[in-house]
Amino acid sequence: MRDARIVSRRFDIPQIHTIEVARNHGAYEKLHWAFALSSDEIITMIHESGLRGKGGGGAPAGDKWSLMPLNDSRPSYLVVNCDESEPGTFKDRQIIVKDPHLLIEGIILTCYAINAHHAYIYIRGEYAPFQQILQTAIDEAYRAGYLGASADGSDFALDITIHRGAGAYICGEKSALLESMEGKRGHPRLKPKQKECEWYFGNPTLVNNVETIASVPFIVYDGPMAYRAFGTAKSPGTLLFAISGHVERPGVYEAEFGVSMMEYINRFGGGIKGGKKLKAVIPGGASTAVLTAEEAAGATLDYETLQSMRSALGTGGMIVMDEDTDMVEALKNLLEFYRHESCGQCTPCREGTGWSDIIVHNILEGTASSTDIDRLLQLSRTMNGQTICVFAPAVSMVIDSFISKFRDEFEAKLRKDL
Amino acid sequence: MSFVLTPKHLEQIEELKGRYPSAHALALPLLWMVQEQEGVITLDAIDCIAPYCDLPSMELYRIATFYTMFHLEPVGTYHIQLCKTLSCALCGKGEILERLQAKLGIKAGETTADGRFTISQVECLGSCGSAPVMQINEEYHENLTPQKIDEILEALE
Ligand SMILES: Cc1cc2nc3c(=O)[nH]c(=O)nc-3n(C[C@H](O)[C@H](O)[C@H](O)COP(=O)(O)O)c2cc1C
Ligand code: SF4
Ligand code: FES
Repeated sequence: MRDARIVSRRFDIPQIHTIEVARNHGAYEKLHWAFALSSDEIITMIHESGLRGKGGGGAPAGDKWSLMPLNDSRPSYLVVNCDESEPGTFKDRQIIVKDPHLLIEGIILTCYAINAHHAYIYIRGEYAPFQQILQTAIDEAYRAGYLGASADGSDFALDITIHRGAGAYICGEKSALLESMEGKRGHPRLKPKQKECEWYFGNPTLVNNVETIASVPFIVYDGPMAYRAFGTAKSPGTLLFAISGHVERPGVYEAEFGVSMMEYINRFGGGIKGGKKLKAVIPGGASTAVLTAEEAAGATLDYETLQSMRSALGTGGMIVMDEDTDMVEALKNLLEFYRHESCGQCTPCREGTGWSDIIVHNILEGTASSTDIDRLLQLSRTMNGQTICVFAPAVSMVIDSFISKFRDEFEAKLRKDL
Repeated sequence: MSFVLTPKHLEQIEELKGRYPSAHALALPLLWMVQEQEGVITLDAIDCIAPYCDLPSMELYRIATFYTMFHLEPVGTYHIQLCKTLSCALCGKGEILERLQAKLGIKAGETTADGRFTISQVECLGSCGSAPVMQINEEYHENLTPQKIDEILEALE
């Protein structure tokens, strides 16, 4: 596995979160050069790089940027998604704490390309201490003239405002996030029939994840081909993969797409804690289907491979479980999360997350009946494909994967022999 | 006593207004200001801030009840929020909770009689790589062990 550090390349430099040190290491140095390019030229670079959204969905960023109207009478906005609430995911936090000026520079370049003059960063409420670090960096950038009425002496004006969330996982979903920013409950919106941009108070808006935007400076300055030098043809570049659970060295380590999952777990994660055997891996945050140890052994970390295994790359946040893990308990833990976080708009989701939590509770308590496992599967089917957002279908996939792959453990609980 | 915003907050509101296309966007920032000032969001305070975001009080109340971090009931001076989600559960959250409950003599969801400590169990805090994790008010405490809990609580007593 070769070294592949794009977003995290300055992470280890002491004090890099301050503007002085960041500038000594190249931050904002080439902005004036980028301002000589046209919007189209920058958007073309993003297209050519194949950059995919790093918030979980993996949508090609260039396609989304192209949906933004460049000559609209209404103002355009960029909203940077730092809600980061998917269990197992803690990467965006590393960027805003370790190298906030990289994100700010990415925001400047992105806003210039889509002709937006105001960017909002929606940050989860719990991240207050990290928000402080980011705000300090933004204040520094204003004082240094990279933000405000004329960015870096150009005629491009840009403001950045941090908007603090208040504890709701669903506000990470882009339309719920915008509802929340409009001063409402965080309820996802119905999706339009054709592809279009997002709307903030009726104004054209682009929503991208923190890490997506932090990847932009490298692509613009080093060129799309430098980005494509990493990763695979369909999953180009790198990701700040994260690893937690039963490993020796949990953390966030950048790697290129396409590397072997086990090699990642062993090299970066230091292998399974206490030299135990692996039982299962949730590959990309809690809303992706669980993989058995055998499947993990054959998995590579890219969108296509994990999709072909009927799971997903998601946020790249792997949760590793050793041989002693009780898979029924693990599913119960996740179901409590989903039940708490369902926004409640759609009946299949609101009721389905509640009832599946109750059924698995009964299985654990030994009060379930032998038909309850199939009832759970039936219930899970009702959550797939009939809801406003993909929260419920993801829950359905998770339940299916746990039961189909670890059914014997669920049945053993019914027989009370485990 | 009826609620009034501090001059500092009134200043902040003026600054924020210029940063959003609509006053409605101030709903969350205003609720945060109230909570920062009072530690709890009362109906009285909601009535006071509603005009600043141009929303009916009832609508603001609906919003406040949606978000887990807004307290409509008071919490202790030290609000201990222990993560209960998977990575933390796999890494020993159970024994941390036991120690917290034993030391403080209360169960999760309760507040000590002197009003100093509340224990809550919360969902993933975005700190899974340093599990088990808790926040006391806004401060993160990571890689917890029962012994660390003793030290942290002693420092607060
Ligand atoms: C239930 C749910 C939760 C989500 N949470 C997040 C999140 O915390 N952060 C994030 O960047 N994207 C999250 N997303 C994805 C966003 O909807 C959106 O696709 C993303 O922010 C777009 O940015 P990207 O294209 O750069 O990934 C979530 C999606 C769903 C359905
Ligand atoms: S699927 Fe669930 S989370 Fe998504 S909109 Fe419906 S109720 Fe809300
Ligand atoms: S699971 Fe506890 S911080 Fe993420």
